[in-house]
Amino acid sequence: MMQKFDEMYTQLPYEFFTHGAKIRDHYRIYDEWLARQPGNMMAKRREEAEMIFRRVGITFAVYGEKDEEGAGTERLIPFDLIPRIIPAHEWRDMEHGLEQRVTALNRFLHDIYHDQEILKAGLIPREQIEQNAQFRPQMMGVDLPNNVYSQISGIDIVRAPDAKGNGEYYVLEDNLRVPSGVSYMLEDRKMMMRLFPDLFSAHRVAPIAHYPDLLLETLRQSSPATTAEPTVVVLTPGMYNSAYFEHAFLAQQMGIELVEGQDLFVKDNFCYMRTTRGPQRVDVIYRRVDDDFLDPNVFRPASTLGCAGLLDVYKAGHINICNGVGTGVADDKSIYPYVPKMIEFYLGEKPILNNVPTYMCRNKDELSYVIANMKDLVVKEVHGAGGYGMLVGPAATKAEVEDFKKAVLANPSGYIAQPTLSLSSCPTFVESGIAPRHIDLRPYVLSGKTVQMVPGGLTRVALKEGSLVVNSSQGGGTKDTWILEDEASPVQAAQSQTQS
Amino acid sequence: MLSRTADHLFWMNRYTERAENTARLLDVNYQTSLLPQSEAVAQAGWQGLLSISELLPAYKEKHDVIRAKEVMDFMVKDERNPSSIVSCLSAARENARAVRGTLTTEVWETQNQTWLEVKRMIKQGDFEADPSQFFEWVKFRSHLSRGVTVGTMLMDEALHFMRLGTFLERADNTARLVDVKFHAVESDFYGTANGKDLEYDFYHWSAILRSVSGFEVYRKVYRDVIRPERVAELLILRPDMPRSLHASLNEVVGNLRMVANDQSSETQRRAGKLRAELQYGRIDEILATGLHAYLTQFLDRVNDLGAHISRDFLVPVPA
Repeated sequence: MMQKFDEMYTQLPYEFFTHGAKIRDHYRIYDEWLARQPGNMMAKRREEAEMIFRRVGITFAVYGEKDEEGAGTERLIPFDLIPRIIPAHEWRDMEHGLEQRVTALNRFLHDIYHDQEILKAGLIPREQIEQNAQFRPQMMGVDLPNNVYSQISGIDIVRAPDAKGNGEYYVLEDNLRVPSGVSYMLEDRKMMMRLFPDLFSAHRVAPIAHYPDLLLETLRQSSPATTAEPTVVVLTPGMYNSAYFEHAFLAQQMGIELVEGQDLFVKDNFCYMRTTRGPQRVDVIYRRVDDDFLDPNVFRPASTLGCAGLLDVYKAGHINICNGVGTGVADDKSIYPYVPKMIEFYLGEKPILNNVPTYMCRNKDELSYVIANMKDLVVKEVHGAGGYGMLVGPAATKAEVEDFKKAVLANPSGYIAQPTLSLSSCPTFVESGIAPRHIDLRPYVLSGKTVQMVPGGLTRVALKEGSLVVNSSQGGGTKDTWILEDEASPVQAAQSQTQS
Repeated sequence: MLSRTADHLFWMNRYTERAENTARLLDVNYQTSLLPQSEAVAQAGWQGLLSISELLPAYKEKHDVIRAKEVMDFMVKDERNPSSIVSCLSAARENARAVRGTLTTEVWETQNQTWLEVKRMIKQGDFEADPSQFFEWVKFRSHLSRGVTVGTMLMDEALHFMRLGTFLERADNTARLVDVKFHAVESDFYGTANGKDLEYDFYHWSAILRSVSGFEVYRKVYRDVIRPERVAELLILRPDMPRSLHASLNEVVGNLRMVANDQSSETQRRAGKLRAELQYGRIDEILATGLHAYLTQFLDRVNDLGAHISRDFLVPVPA
């Protein structure tokens, strides 16, 4: 029997004990509050939340799906009412670890596109970089503001029991291209405060609503030196993109324009947007479009999502594109196993956050181990994302495992494998009542002149019983994430000065 | 602001206004159809409505006969008819969704809620159960949308482009409404003194007035029995009648002035000229040339204004 770790209870399953028993300290107040609520309260609140989300239009489009009228479907992201709570000391360590990791990843990207010291030192095989589809040779020797490539990094963290059954955090993957989901983090908090104001007066939950401010500051700091008052825009593929809500939301929150490729044009090696008062120069693009679509002159010629000539403007230092072009070479699953080495190489520090032990199928002995033990492993395509192109061994059928073996043997360097972690669970309000579901955490790390982040991040939850896949495209939901500022001790009693 | 953003705002409001006016037009036809009248007159009424909306060919592709139920279904809930109420509300919402960051939360939620509700109501058969009630609902969602806009939006370019859309559309729609109802009387209208009996006239003209919420206004302004010339004057020339052509053009000119740029002077000249003609025009002169002829050229000029606004500020309409 595999060890399990639950964020709220020290024992599983939940049915065997009553409120107050086996509760982790930082969940004690929440548990007492929950015990006081009438039976149907949670169901009512969930209905209320869904109604509000639909009215506000917090939806994501699902690729390829059509409703009965043939229109693209918009689905609500499932939101769970029970918060994921993290005590302050755990977050402090994680925060340091995230800052360290993202700093090293940015140093790595700068190195790869300049002197390639890490390759010369023999820490990473050269062909793993140069033959990587995400490596952009066009970026060689291009200097970027602050030497930063990934201004917005989403680092996926999971928790699993160690040998003693204590929860240990692991980085599952780095997202350095266009990590999404931060709008759900912000909207989930807003919803929780609306539904359960009393919970927030009983807990010291670290606020996160200033994220758009930090983001804007980061983007402004990322401007090329050509102007003191940079014009920052968000570039979206358009309203039929699954994350369109988020693009519009962030642009609105930052008070900047949301542009599409057709709004931009290049003239005299500067980039402009078409406005009702004529062309206006753009200095920083927060792009939510993949590299491949950014500039039809350089990448996919048929793309209309980007702007012709943009890459030349970028290379001339007349605009900054955030995240930078070519960051994918650092968040690729085949590069992931090297991140701890990068931290030591660039920063001379011991990694604070753990990597999940990873087998690289490109190495012969590791490949044979993976083939022999596939039913116990999670096998991932190195370029896959969004929960696609992966095999969860213990949950797969024999036939699926055999098929995957063939695929891995045909292209070993296209795959990595990891032991099946028993992801920590968190009580979740599902159809059958409150039950444990697996979760992860994606903090958003911002790198401008300094590294900043809001406490916590987006907790994603696999709503299907036993499932380990948390992606929204695969039926995952989200939870509000609370970093308790003061170890779950109750907020101080009311202020002594009151109006008489 | 981005030209594309301005374009979405402009069209969002045009579609909202069009949905409202289609509801008004259908409601007046529906109300009139409840009066005792011959089958031929009724059919002429529905046919006039389709032709004035330039939808007769599209309708005939699907339906053999012109009957109240089919015409209303086509104009209310046929999603393949781009001018149906459902299509307009959906297009308004799609435009809103494309620029939701530019809208206040209240404006966006109003558009989104209207769209969610209209889908639900059509599905539940609310329209068939009580058409008048449904038309009333469409009108009130439009009132709400305008009120929320004026009540919450920053008074900047975004608001001016939205208002521009509303009033350009209203000028177009009121002109069509007047045209179709006067058309129903004669091949063209040059003034009264044709042989129709007074009673028919009263119900016919008062229905038009009610469709633009102008019945009480008429009484207040003229303190007279309902005379078609005066109905035409009220809906075309009165600057204080909020749905008249003159009032709509006043708003168009005013909002255009607020967003003027280096290349928009010709557009402003044309808008100003059209407005001046309404300001200094007289109803007997208009009727002397024939009302239908007058309204036809008015619609052409409104259409031309729309194309110029697109060219100067928005995403140009492909020629």
